[in-house]
Amino acid sequence: MSSLLNRDRPPVFCPGCSHDLVVRALDRALVAMGKQGTEVAIVTDIGCSGLFDTFFNSHAMHGLHGRALTYATGLKMARPELTVITIMGDGGMGIGGAHFLSSCRRNLDITLLVLNNFNYGMTGGQCSVTTSPVASTASGFLNELEPSLDICKVASAAGSPWVDRVMATGKKLPEQIRDAVQYQGFSLVDIWGVCPGRYSKRNRVTLKGLEEEMAALPPVSGAVQENERDEYADLYRRKSSRLSLPSGPVDIEPIYSSAFTGQKDILLLGAAGQRVNTAGELLCLAAMSAGLHVSQKNDYPITVLRGHSISEVVLSSSPVLYTGTGHPDVVFALAREGVTRRRSVFEKLKPENLVIRGKGVEVPEHEGKTITIDFKKLRIPSMHWALISLAVLAEEKSLITEKMLRAGLAFRFSGNSLEEAESLLNHFFSRKNSYRTSHS
Amino acid sequence: MGFCLGASMAGLKAMTATSGPGISLYSEQISFAIGGEIPLVIVDVQRLGPSTGSATKGADGDIQFLRWSNSGGLPVIVLAPVDVTDCYTLTVRAFNLSERFRCPVFLASNKETAMTRESVDLVSLQIPSVVNRNHCPPDREFLPFGPGGEKDVPYFLPLGGDRLVRQTSSTHDEYGYITGDTETIARGIRRMENKLLGAINSLSLFEYDRDDSADTLLIVYGVTARAARVAVQRIRDAGGAVSLLILKTLFPVPEKTIQRCIADAERVMVIEMNLGQYVREIERLAGSKPVEFHGRMDGKLISPAAMCEVMGL
Repeated sequence: MSSLLNRDRPPVFCPGCSHDLVVRALDRALVAMGKQGTEVAIVTDIGCSGLFDTFFNSHAMHGLHGRALTYATGLKMARPELTVITIMGDGGMGIGGAHFLSSCRRNLDITLLVLNNFNYGMTGGQCSVTTSPVASTASGFLNELEPSLDICKVASAAGSPWVDRVMATGKKLPEQIRDAVQYQGFSLVDIWGVCPGRYSKRNRVTLKGLEEEMAALPPVSGAVQENERDEYADLYRRKSSRLSLPSGPVDIEPIYSSAFTGQKDILLLGAAGQRVNTAGELLCLAAMSAGLHVSQKNDYPITVLRGHSISEVVLSSSPVLYTGTGHPDVVFALAREGVTRRRSVFEKLKPENLVIRGKGVEVPEHEGKTITIDFKKLRIPSMHWALISLAVLAEEKSLITEKMLRAGLAFRFSGNSLEEAESLLNHFFSRKNSYRTSHS
Repeated sequence: MGFCLGASMAGLKAMTATSGPGISLYSEQISFAIGGEIPLVIVDVQRLGPSTGSATKGADGDIQFLRWSNSGGLPVIVLAPVDVTDCYTLTVRAFNLSERFRCPVFLASNKETAMTRESVDLVSLQIPSVVNRNHCPPDREFLPFGPGGEKDVPYFLPLGGDRLVRQTSSTHDEYGYITGDTETIARGIRRMENKLLGAINSLSLFEYDRDDSADTLLIVYGVTARAARVAVQRIRDAGGAVSLLILKTLFPVPEKTIQRCIADAERVMVIEMNLGQYVREIERLAGSKPVEFHGRMDGKLISPAAMCEVMGL
């Protein structure tokens, strides 16, 4: 009979250890399926079960405590044709609990064998998540404080479509492993065994006793009907194949010449909902249409439609270096929320600097020039204040021009959005003298 | 990280990005990537720490963490982008280095770089050509952890291919079997150390803007370099003199490069967005030359004006 067992590395476990039985059963299952070693990856966790991969002539990956399922996931996603079998102990299963839950819920076509011997055997018999509260362990009384975890119950609750439980001595172990591996989705087999070195003697655990204990539990036997669904990688590929590739960066050829050389810093201070970040972007795009270098940084809280919204823009005839805007040339003051957070910049403003302010927005005293716009009287909703302020800035002609701003709009918007933005600008430029309420 | 390690072992190129709280969680898997010689790119968009720190304000507080976050303390490659252009080119370089040396490569970015949008001249962008990992020739025995095509770097074969591959996070021999043999262990550790330290000259990236008449050398990296360029220009415009060294490879420390630049100066100034991390490397290389430090770690960029002030130039 053929075998995938590694003749150079025969299994070595403590005398009487159940792991030995599982190694041989797994081999029989793989042989029964006609698997070649190159078709199989055995991914192991830490602990005595972590030795499994070396006993097989298959692909092998042995990793960190509780993380075996994560490597298995990466492998299977990358090589869907590979049969991926993950081996963990009850120790690793507890450490990697979140990975276990995620794998059950994800339903990627991998098989997990949990070699459940109710303790951390390799490290000296400490209690694990499956240790009985009445057991005696190397952890003192700690296992008495927490109930033991039913792996199968958790797996079913977490969405695993295949859940099975069997004794390491079970006659049908190879068949049950085979069925789990053949299942097209995530499959779990909870394999109970004894740990003669660290647990069984101290607790007088016998295989027969474990069998009786297992028999007393509600039966589990493979397919969990209510959890059956599409396999994850298959579904992932179907959905991702429908996506179009993301477009590259916007390519902007300079078509205008800049009104200035050197660097100009613009600080847009507003509130959520005023499209301040979009205005910052439009300003950048407009400047790029005149061959300027630009940078933009936005600052806003986690809340949507509440709180400040700030955009810091640097326009420069040479590549932008320092992106801080501590001494802005132009400040948009469109809402109290934004102004409050950057009050200190106003005292640095000089007479040649410009503040474009919405009427009613209070700003600290400063030496700069101010243009105040009565947006409310003009019936311009708050979400357009930042855009109209850009038009006001263009009208000043010192940083950007109307043509540059229109070019920026065309780079940023299309269809209805572009039409709407353009009609706002048309409206502004046709009645521009009525916008300004004061100019100080 | 686990997904990336699995996918990379299957032969794909893999990258993951995080910030300080995430890189802390990556630590055990970083060690696996180093010990298992698994190619991988890890982007750390550093934000102000400690712990969950400030969401989201910039800092360069993870520099020594990136170097020492692996158990065992083996060398790692850390590259630091200055701007968006660097983000393009250094990411390609990071992949190339990870493939060539079979190791994780870090990009020490910063919120101020990753969350800043800027114009890039795509035409003049010099993107390095792509390097792929060295596969074991079909007529050679495959030793997943033995010497390969390039000195001290093992050949690679994908896990799941037509030749068997063994990968392990535990101390192993050249075949990938766990071993306790101290000679074998020492040989493997030394090889992994040598493969990076021995190639230091070919992976050290930097910009040195020397002023022959300058006594002061300013050393910076990352986003701080942008303000440093402005500060240096201001000092020179005002008739002063200063040299500037911008490091883009932070680890392995480009010792010869740094020492050569320090030799040109009488006084060294290191400015970082932290409490003083990389300055330790400079101090140990500076010998008797005085090394001064200025740091800021409150989520704000260090301004050119502050730099001029602390340098007194």
